[in-house]
Amino acid sequence: MLGFVARKLLHLLPVLLAVSLLTFLIASLLPGDLAYVILGDQATPDKVAALRHDMGLDQPIWWRYLGWLVQVLQGDFGRSFRTGQTVLQAVAERLPVSFELMLLAELGALLIGIPLAIACAVRAGSPFDRLVTGSAFGMLSVPAFLSAILLIYFFAVELRWLPATGYVPFSEDPLGNLRCFVLPALTLALGEWPVLMRVLRSDMIATLQEDYIAMARAKGLKPSRILLVHALKPSSLTLVTVTGINIGRLMGGTVIVESIFALPGIGRLLLSSIYTRDLIILQGVVLCVASGYVLINFIVDMLYAVLDPRIRHGHA
Amino acid sequence: MSGPALLSIEDVVVELPTPRGNLRAVDHVDLSMAAGQALGIVGESGCGKTMLSRAILQLLPKKARLSGRVMFDGQDLVRLNPEALRKLRARGIAVVFQDPMTSLNPVLTIGTQLVETLQEHLGLDAVAARRRSAELLAAVGIPAPEQRLDQYPHQLSGGMRQRVVIAIALCCEPKLLIADEPTTALDVTIQAQILDLLAREQRRRHMAMILITHDLGVVAGRTDEVAVMYAGRVVERAPTRNLFKHMQMPYTAALLAAIPKLDAAPHTPLAAIPGRPPDPTRPLKGCSFAPRCRHVGEQCLREKPALTPADNQGHCYACFHPLEFAAGVSA
Amino acid sequence: MATLELELAEEIVASPARRTRRLGMLFWAAIGWTVFVVAVAILAPVLPLPSPTDMDMLERRAPISALHWLGTDALGRDELARVAYGARISLTVGLFAPVIGLTIGGALGMLAGYFRGRFESFVVGSMDVLLAFPPLILALAVTAYLGQSVLNLTCILGVLGIPAFMRVARASTLTLARREFVIAAEALGATHARILIRELLPNVALPLLAFFLLGVAVTIVVEGALSFLGLGVPPPISSWGSMIGEGRESLEVAPMLAFVPAIAMFLTVLSFNLVGDTLRALTDPRQGAL
Repeated sequence: MLGFVARKLLHLLPVLLAVSLLTFLIASLLPGDLAYVILGDQATPDKVAALRHDMGLDQPIWWRYLGWLVQVLQGDFGRSFRTGQTVLQAVAERLPVSFELMLLAELGALLIGIPLAIACAVRAGSPFDRLVTGSAFGMLSVPAFLSAILLIYFFAVELRWLPATGYVPFSEDPLGNLRCFVLPALTLALGEWPVLMRVLRSDMIATLQEDYIAMARAKGLKPSRILLVHALKPSSLTLVTVTGINIGRLMGGTVIVESIFALPGIGRLLLSSIYTRDLIILQGVVLCVASGYVLINFIVDMLYAVLDPRIRHGHA
Repeated sequence: MSGPALLSIEDVVVELPTPRGNLRAVDHVDLSMAAGQALGIVGESGCGKTMLSRAILQLLPKKARLSGRVMFDGQDLVRLNPEALRKLRARGIAVVFQDPMTSLNPVLTIGTQLVETLQEHLGLDAVAARRRSAELLAAVGIPAPEQRLDQYPHQLSGGMRQRVVIAIALCCEPKLLIADEPTTALDVTIQAQILDLLAREQRRRHMAMILITHDLGVVAGRTDEVAVMYAGRVVERAPTRNLFKHMQMPYTAALLAAIPKLDAAPHTPLAAIPGRPPDPTRPLKGCSFAPRCRHVGEQCLREKPALTPADNQGHCYACFHPLEFAAGVSA
Repeated sequence: MATLELELAEEIVASPARRTRRLGMLFWAAIGWTVFVVAVAILAPVLPLPSPTDMDMLERRAPISALHWLGTDALGRDELARVAYGARISLTVGLFAPVIGLTIGGALGMLAGYFRGRFESFVVGSMDVLLAFPPLILALAVTAYLGQSVLNLTCILGVLGIPAFMRVARASTLTLARREFVIAAEALGATHARILIRELLPNVALPLLAFFLLGVAVTIVVEGALSFLGLGVPPPISSWGSMIGEGRESLEVAPMLAFVPAIAMFLTVLSFNLVGDTLRALTDPRQGAL
């Protein structure tokens, strides 16, 4: 098991390195702009050149990259010139909000998708199955911002059950906090459940035809046990992978939802750094998000091994 | 037949609707067996023996249609409600499938797959169930049973896996065990061991057993009675010794002749049966074996022969030109 | 062997042909809508529509009327015309960006799958790094640096699509390059270029086409999202996405302003998805359609 983990970690490092390089390169596309932006309307050619020298922007690019990388490894991602906060501070503030959103969204997607998948697998080919599968396909064509608009219209504008925007920290008011997350999480969940449902359904249909399910029936086990223990576990491999990949993808998806529902998360931080041209924050946030994405895929690989012991022992 | 029938299959027909027509897998089969008796069902692939076993187990594919009665221990399994049927499993009827690679759940430990059956039907608590499971594994000849309980199926060899499957089948002391080609997927060297294990357990527990196979050699010495099936019908049935001594149906004789003999000269060609079984979606008017039979006659093509008794010892056959095969192959 | 019996019986029973036939009607409806939308987009200037930029301040957020078939927006502009002209932008980006991915990614994938070795490792590795970035964030970041314009947007979204097309092309090429017809061509002394173009390309084309259509759907959505946030096409150019973004302001008063472009976008994306998915099911039945 340890060998497996070590091998996977070894694959991880070069990717993270490459990610950091790419982030830096993007950020360095137009270094001149950064000095101009910071100085704003006080920019004169002399001041710009002086600031550029101060910030080390006139050094060769590979030198700057190494310098930046060393700083990053020491935990210094840079400092926003607007707010004075370090990148890490800003990210640490916003991360919990985005996490809560992502987790609730994925949870919602699983709560919708898993029961539907099981129900469809058991009734494969029936009108119910066709209806659900068709709706899943249709939902995939509804982007997050469309669902958001629809949900806001129905629940906030017409019915007035839930707030359209706003955020209350969990520590202040747990119930209020959750109320703020219902619509945003639901928006994302509506976009995620089709993929999860499809994957689990198709795996379960295949599993239900296996001999060991017939064996479980022949043993006279309760149907619920056969479905939830014998059939679900071997079918959940792809589901776990897809869930993991989704959570990573959701990091990008939260941008839209956080913006629409005014949630102070990483996505909104990214957006505001773009609006205000705070490029250091932008660079730092992109690096954090991309690294997080890579790490999550790594965790998914680990989970894989837990779910299917054959992979742990080097089989299958 | 000794004693009242434990299992009685009465005029069972199993049909599967297909785009090419109605597939009649089992064609009016009658069979019965008493408690503690071992019955062998022999036939080629596609003769319907597996479908018959599934009919008894009530595990037919969804689209299958079954008519007739399957009386087990006084109850008609076909008309039994699902919950009662479920409770009957493992304690009433247990099964060993052909391929141990696929009949064990790959992501659950051996222990789990044993314990859950014990807990479901015998209501044992976790500790007692685990102890009993280890005992069962030892009884079927698995070394180091305690360790095996926490292992996964892929960590065991094929023969071991099938022993586990047998242990699971026996764990609730079933009245009837159905073994469907239990050794076909195993190495030849292990086949005899597994078959002997089954026969031994059957005798020890006075358990009824149905041994399904395509190999006549397998049932010799391990069963009390043999039924030979062809194209969905039982074409010959007899106590085992009588079958081998006085087989009547040319098909049975051909089956026996097809078994390679150790004492034959090298390069003796295998006496395979020429031709193929009929297409089950296009049943023949006359005897189904007629196209391949060496003794075929006029009547064989027109009428289906019914099962007629050969003697008063329970030997029946379905043929218009039975053999008087007294070659005396020892059973 | 016994299980084989059961399997054979069940195989005869199953009927796989039903699925494609059921999609038949939906498939053609999807094609119909796609053709309709593309036609409207191309012909917008010559259609008898009011100008999309004429503002009628007296008729702001007007409901459906004979003068304005779909009403007017917050600035009094005719909604129907705006939807039609919005189609031009959404479809331009939506169709041209995946072309970039298709050509570059497809070429890279075919070359990687054909030549193997270190070249392949390098290509796959760099694509993996690109894929490590959540695409929306990458698009946002790059737009921030390069500025907003339809051209920039198309290029960025195009580049983002390269890894996916690379994967599809490579996978197809890997399975095909081992086949007899390729080895035969090699034996006959065909050059690499000839094999790639004459033998492999026709077979890789169909899966790539299916993927292209799915890519169009995704691109329309991503462009829509970016424009919705105001970070896609620069105002005053408006695509469906920016219309929806603007319509959001008027949700309480005139929800149609957001819903009309939303429905247009949904139907278009759905159609491309349907057609692409059907084609994909034809070329790779393993992955399956609905």
